[in-house]
Amino acid sequence: MTDAPQCHVPPTPPAEPAHTPAWKLLLTLLVAGAAAGWLIVSVYNLTLPAVQKHAAEQVDAAVREVLKAPARWDTLYLVGSALSAKLPAGGDKAEAPKAFVGYDSAGHRIGVAITAAEPGFQELINLMIGFDPATGTLTGYKVLDQQETPGLGQRIETDTAFTHQFAGRVAPLKGVKVLAGGDPSQVQTITGATISSRAVIRIINNAVAKWRPLVQAYDRGGQL
Amino acid sequence: MTSVPVAEPVAAPAPRAPALIPGAPPPASVVADIWRGIGRENPVLVQLLGMCPTMAVTNVLANGLAMGLATTFVLVGSGLFVSLFRKYIAHEVRITSYILIIATFVTLADMILAAILPDIRKALGPFIPLIVANCLLLGRAEAFAAKVPVHRAVADGLGMGLGFTLSLSLLSTIREVLGNGSILGHPLFGPRFEPWVFMMMPPGGFLALGIALLGVAYVMELKKRRARRTA
Repeated sequence: MTDAPQCHVPPTPPAEPAHTPAWKLLLTLLVAGAAAGWLIVSVYNLTLPAVQKHAAEQVDAAVREVLKAPARWDTLYLVGSALSAKLPAGGDKAEAPKAFVGYDSAGHRIGVAITAAEPGFQELINLMIGFDPATGTLTGYKVLDQQETPGLGQRIETDTAFTHQFAGRVAPLKGVKVLAGGDPSQVQTITGATISSRAVIRIINNAVAKWRPLVQAYDRGGQL
Repeated sequence: MTSVPVAEPVAAPAPRAPALIPGAPPPASVVADIWRGIGRENPVLVQLLGMCPTMAVTNVLANGLAMGLATTFVLVGSGLFVSLFRKYIAHEVRITSYILIIATFVTLADMILAAILPDIRKALGPFIPLIVANCLLLGRAEAFAAKVPVHRAVADGLGMGLGFTLSLSLLSTIREVLGNGSILGHPLFGPRFEPWVFMMMPPGGFLALGIALLGVAYVMELKKRRARRTA
């Protein structure tokens, strides 16, 4: 009667770990966070030269492509609201907005290459744009960075039928479904990637509208 | 000699589930710890962990390999540190600490890839940072690395990482050969080969994984039958 019913009693689970004081938890996370931060900063500094070198190579290749293989090019920096061949002391070369002015082997100016980034369908689209500041005629563009939909929006980078039509067009561009007449400002958008195509056109128009007067003002300043 | 017909539903001895939580994993040699991740407990083909990167980046072999090796680096690094500090990490903040350790190694992997293989990093896009969220990492930290000495944790990380890399390589080889007619970018077939682009797109990942899982299940079933017959 006094006996409890015979049943299998599972072994008592291991005792809960003793309660840890809050300061110890804080200390654990503090030390771990500091160590992690130190490690990340060290590796960041170690890898930075290689990353910068790669970025510079990418920009070089893009300038060469959009200006159709210039013999040489000068770099102009945007200081305040005017272009200048020299950065003021303390300016960051990598961060300052700049224009690359390309010349052919005879010394004639081919055009100006600039970078511009604006939102596309998902993320910022970063372009290198080449144009002739005298006429506003494009020499081409190259995608430096984009995160558009694979297979659709990504074609602004991979579809040569789309990318090659920009050379010779005159900004401001108009995106159309079907080319009509001989209007040199028309660009045929990609079926299935209208938003990304229009984003490219918008970025180019805004960039040319911003940089063309700057380069022209610099030219006048240089001649005076 | 009494022969038991195979078709008869014999009550096979229930496979003893390994006691994962709580308690430490059963003792094993370092070699066994490495092999377990490659074979019997393969993270992708057996445990079905880390399906997100498996689907997303196995379109070409180069991506699958890079993803696998980056994950291996994170597995080994986080296993090492989780095991090293297992006595000092309080129970209440262990998940936070594990994630901190994992995220640190993922950031390191991302920066190292940016320095040495920028094109592959660009192709992998957001999936390198997303290794943090791969359940394989936290799973191994909590279930294994936090309960064993350092050398076993590193061996397990290495084995799981290699198993992950091999599975991803297998899937991406299938997809690249069928979907692009190439391997590591080298064309395999003549110009008349019409690539089956479907295999490069997300549904191709499901198909390739399904075929691979079918193969693994078939082999396991064969093994089970042989074991039953010899028993």
